[in-house]
Amino acid sequence: MRVIEVSEIIPVVKRLCIEANYYIGEDVLQKLEEAASIEESPVGKEILSQILTNHRLAASEKMPACQDTGVAVVFVELGQDVRLEGGDFYSAINEGVRQGYAEGYLRKSLVDDPVIERKNTGDNTPAIIHTDITPGDKIKITVAPKGGGSENMSEVKMLTPAEGLEGLMNFVIDRVRRSGGNPCPPVIVGVGIGGNFEACALLAKKALMRDLRDKHPDAKWAQVEEELLKRINKLGIGPMGLGGRITALGVKVLTMPCHIASLPVAVNIQCHAARHKSALI
Amino acid sequence: MTSQYRLKTPLSSEELGKLKIGDKVLLSGKIYTARDAAHKRLVQLIKEGKGLPIELKGQAIYYVGPTPPKPGQVIGSAGPTTSERMDPYAPFLLDRGLKAMIGKGQRSKEVINAIVRNEAVYLAATGGVGALLAKAIKASRVVAYEELGAEAIRELEVEDFPLIVAIDTQGRNLYEEGVSQYCLP
Repeated sequence: MRVIEVSEIIPVVKRLCIEANYYIGEDVLQKLEEAASIEESPVGKEILSQILTNHRLAASEKMPACQDTGVAVVFVELGQDVRLEGGDFYSAINEGVRQGYAEGYLRKSLVDDPVIERKNTGDNTPAIIHTDITPGDKIKITVAPKGGGSENMSEVKMLTPAEGLEGLMNFVIDRVRRSGGNPCPPVIVGVGIGGNFEACALLAKKALMRDLRDKHPDAKWAQVEEELLKRINKLGIGPMGLGGRITALGVKVLTMPCHIASLPVAVNIQCHAARHKSALI
Repeated sequence: MTSQYRLKTPLSSEELGKLKIGDKVLLSGKIYTARDAAHKRLVQLIKEGKGLPIELKGQAIYYVGPTPPKPGQVIGSAGPTTSERMDPYAPFLLDRGLKAMIGKGQRSKEVINAIVRNEAVYLAATGGVGALLAKAIKASRVVAYEELGAEAIRELEVEDFPLIVAIDTQGRNLYEEGVSQYCLP
């Protein structure tokens, strides 16, 4: 049993909030550079060049790459041999978010009541926290700031098993087509398949945490990811929806078993500013 | 072939008439910011026949909610937000003399009709490049609705602010024409 004081969590979450918003991942940069070399549309090329310049500028000036610094989505893998002491774990995560968004000059983009009052909470809390209990005595924390523009283009659909792979692919592609320029393409498409209504949505989000350069470990799903990417990039939507060859940088699928009567599918759209940073405690 | 134009606010129908979809525009001068909440208030005033806190004639409105500036910065990251949320309000502002809207993403049929009717344009800024766009903003001050925070109306002084003509005065739409051009079977 390893004892960890919850106060140790606060500076880690704070740092991850700031770093995720200032410094884009190497995998995303690499895919953007590849995209810039492939894109044929002059407008699309100009946009991709602006995006790459922006990432260099954000990192060197230590400022957010995008003004939508998002809702703080926090993934926790909590080792089962960890004993947390000294207070409430989730309050510590929220305190880290509060400090990160204040001291990193990040935008506070949450409202309390979602419909009637819609008053800004003022400190970008509460975070959306997903916890998995894992073997071991470590805590892995990932902070993924998620903007509103791309999240608004996401969708869950309960397909029938008869619709199969073709129905599933059509739903994913159609979701990207209907999104047009709104989610800031080139996008990354997270697809959660199986589970049930709520589980597939979480899978889709988790799929977005994968390294953009990796391949699905299961060859048949790796092929589906490739096929989806090819078909999405035929849509012509292009960078920022103004026409071009590159509509998506990648498609990431995660699957899990589901009920004999169901085929749940979730598509979580991620803008090109695909931000997430992790730390191990 | 696309062209590049340097424009300065206030904008006239004559100079906007030269712009074609896909053209690059480097915009300078004073522009206003407004998002959902500010639009709702402006349109409410128009419907009530009251005066507005800003003059719209020949002006440009930028759909943006920037991050807070660090000490010494004019403004924080300042990229565009999705324009379609402003679609229910935009025709009222265009009919009051607004000449350009700056944002990202498709516009409704009603907005495109109002653009044509008023010889205005819709200019696309690249989403997600807030640090880059902030460099072209030389001054910023809140001119109305300070209590709305990131959603307050600001007057920005911009210099060579990089934009792409997405919908021109004729109503041609790059979100449709650009996509059909690159769409593959």
